[in-house]
Amino acid sequence: MPCLSKVIPSIPHENTSSNFIKWLTRLSGQMERVVVSMQDPDMGVKLRNQRLLITVIPHAMTGNDIVEWLMQKFSVCDEEALHVGNLLVKFGYIYPLKEPRVLTLRPDETPYRFQTPYYWTSTRWPASELDYAIYLAKKNIRKQGELIEHEKESYNMLHKRINHTWDFVVMQAREQLRASKQRRKADRIVLECQEQAYWLVNRPPPGMMDVLDQGPERKNILNSRVQLVGVCVCVFVCERVPTCVCVCVCVCSFVKYCEQYQPHDPIMQGCLPSNPWITDDAMYWTINSDSVAVPTKLRVERWSFSFVELLSDPMGQRELMAYLEKEFSAENLCFWQACEDLRHGENSKIPSKVDEIYKQFLAPGATRWVNIDSKTMEKTLQGIKQPHRFVLDDAQMHIYFLMKKDSYPRYLRSELYKNLLARAVVPQETKKSVFPFMRRQRHSSPSPAMLTQTGEDDGKTKHHGTGNV
Amino acid sequence: MGEMEQLRKEAESLKDQITAARKAVADATLPDTVSSTAVVGRVQLKTRKTLRGHLAKIYAMHWATDAKLCVSASQDGKLIVWDTLTTNKVNAIPLKSSWVMTCAYAPSGNMVACGGLDNMCSIYNLKGKDGNVKVMRELAAHTGYLSCCRFLSDSEIITSSGDCTCLLWDIETGTQKTTFAGHLGDCMSLAVPGDFKTFVSGACDFTAKLWDIRDSNCTHTFSGHESDVNAIAFFPNGNAVITGSDDATCKLFDLRSDQELITYQDSSIMCGVTSIAPSLSGRLILAGYDDFNVNIWDSLKAERVGVLAGHDNRVSCIGVSTDGMACCTGSWDSFLPSFSFKGQDNVMRLCKQNKQQYL
Repeated sequence: MPCLSKVIPSIPHENTSSNFIKWLTRLSGQMERVVVSMQDPDMGVKLRNQRLLITVIPHAMTGNDIVEWLMQKFSVCDEEALHVGNLLVKFGYIYPLKEPRVLTLRPDETPYRFQTPYYWTSTRWPASELDYAIYLAKKNIRKQGELIEHEKESYNMLHKRINHTWDFVVMQAREQLRASKQRRKADRIVLECQEQAYWLVNRPPPGMMDVLDQGPERKNILNSRVQLVGVCVCVFVCERVPTCVCVCVCVCSFVKYCEQYQPHDPIMQGCLPSNPWITDDAMYWTINSDSVAVPTKLRVERWSFSFVELLSDPMGQRELMAYLEKEFSAENLCFWQACEDLRHGENSKIPSKVDEIYKQFLAPGATRWVNIDSKTMEKTLQGIKQPHRFVLDDAQMHIYFLMKKDSYPRYLRSELYKNLLARAVVPQETKKSVFPFMRRQRHSSPSPAMLTQTGEDDGKTKHHGTGNV
Repeated sequence: MGEMEQLRKEAESLKDQITAARKAVADATLPDTVSSTAVVGRVQLKTRKTLRGHLAKIYAMHWATDAKLCVSASQDGKLIVWDTLTTNKVNAIPLKSSWVMTCAYAPSGNMVACGGLDNMCSIYNLKGKDGNVKVMRELAAHTGYLSCCRFLSDSEIITSSGDCTCLLWDIETGTQKTTFAGHLGDCMSLAVPGDFKTFVSGACDFTAKLWDIRDSNCTHTFSGHESDVNAIAFFPNGNAVITGSDDATCKLFDLRSDQELITYQDSSIMCGVTSIAPSLSGRLILAGYDDFNVNIWDSLKAERVGVLAGHDNRVSCIGVSTDGMACCTGSWDSFLPSFSFKGQDNVMRLCKQNKQQYL
């Protein structure tokens, strides 16, 4: 059993400065470990040259590469890998090349770079005022006084506060600018990016989350945002126990799930137009049926929660199919549907179904050939020689994840989905009838088991015992 | 003997490794992490419909996927399919054996199944050509009573039995396809998640097990209860299992970190849990108890947020409809001998939320 000696910084209970510092130090240590292994020349993330306007920046990686590496290394799902990656970016260990102010990890071709250890949180935190002043002074000189709003404010404030050393600040700024002019353009750009990224983390502009804040807002951070950070750390430990996911991750996922589904839980939050059980009005079911022309807003929103939600709603599946047909990749969904039919269908029909699927989707030159990787394809083609219910599981899973990773996010961003969401209705609440005696009586039919009935119930809910309607 | 000793030692060391692995990832507790989550206020559910018609103890009920129909089984030898909105009985199916303990509705709505002390699972086709409901198959292979059954589709059904095993059947041919053996006590209940690839079973050996349907392996065993596990259900996101036991507690077991996350208990509750069901978001857990009540728990904070008191006897079954709108409870309400028909039927109550206030 591998030695689990890493101490996971648990979220401090006492909201003190020193606790926070200790905790942040430990957390940074953890993140650095990950980042170091990410830069391993053999096992690390794929690095390549990235073109930025006309300059070529070396040693860049895409957001996608980062997420995939994290998923693979820690055996977690893409959501968790994205969480972790996001935190690495927010804490300044990785910075984006194209939109430096956007400190989030995008799981696509957006380029990122590793921050130099010189600027790591552990080595240079808290950021010193002097350094910030020098940075702003440099920027001021370069841009000839045209600083952005919050930087201008900070500059002026620092000028007042450390006025006694201002000459030193300006002198340093000039020196650094002169030294950088003598570097190669690519190096200069890289250094500027690194420095800018460092200051975006340590002195975030208003509106951006301040992860290193030591001020009064810290309590909120500790309670909610920082739980996510705890997640990050826990995942690092889990590299030793690959089949187990940390309790912290699991718990966060439960909380998130409950929060996300609360508006959809009629017991927690009621439903529109009305609950059929209270008003005896089945309108809710009518407007949410499979074949309704315009779906409700809640229903369409739910499709964005997860791919499973989209697929489990027949209307959602139809919409997805329409979208995929436009993209000429409908065969994926058709294949998935055929596999589902195979899995849950009659035993006797299995051989013929498998044969049909092979002809349509898997055979070389098939009309709706699906793009499965060669290893899975080989295994599947071998397996269908003896068809059984689960023979297409691997292929189905491959196509499912393909759709989940690629088609699903694109569908959610598509005009088709956005239009549907815009058109979707929010039903009017129907009020309960004011006069109770005008409610339609529901009559319970006589029980077939009963031979005689003595003075019977008229369907109005009366019951023996406590409570009342 | 030397080999036995060795095997025993190996088993012990594996157990230790698993415990260590679980401890290693137990870096947080559910209560700490949810301390900032909003509180759920008192949840008050009111009885909206009462389904009368059974003459004896109601043992089981199951909602259909359309959230309007449900089936109930009672030891008066009847399986009744109800249209719960109108409280009409759609079908009243007489059973060969009246000692029924479980019933299930197929996801397609085409079939219902039931079973009990006859050791068999009987499948009824609701959509027969001439409108009559007839027995379609009788699945006999268990050597103990049938405690629970659940359809995977119109072609497959899983049953759990007092003979300590669960079986997967092919309905078409009426034969058993896979045996899931491993429990050391009577299997009392089972639950199937949305993806139909696994299922969980709770048993009288105080554990719950998660099985992979395809490989027939038990992938997780959850212990922690101090008595028979009577009721089991999946948390709506499919990543956790909730169980109810005779030790008066309910527990939430997480599948990914492979451990118990929280126990729902109160010192004032001393009777066993008979049935359990989560609300649609999973935030609320409704559990039926031997003391004639249903307690509603806040699943994240482990606090009791409501009680449904209205039955006159033990609550034997509970189910929340698929759209989360209503919960139905069935009970052993005052069973009177057949020579007196007045009033007191065995009832099923459909309850729904009236007004919800929470912070």
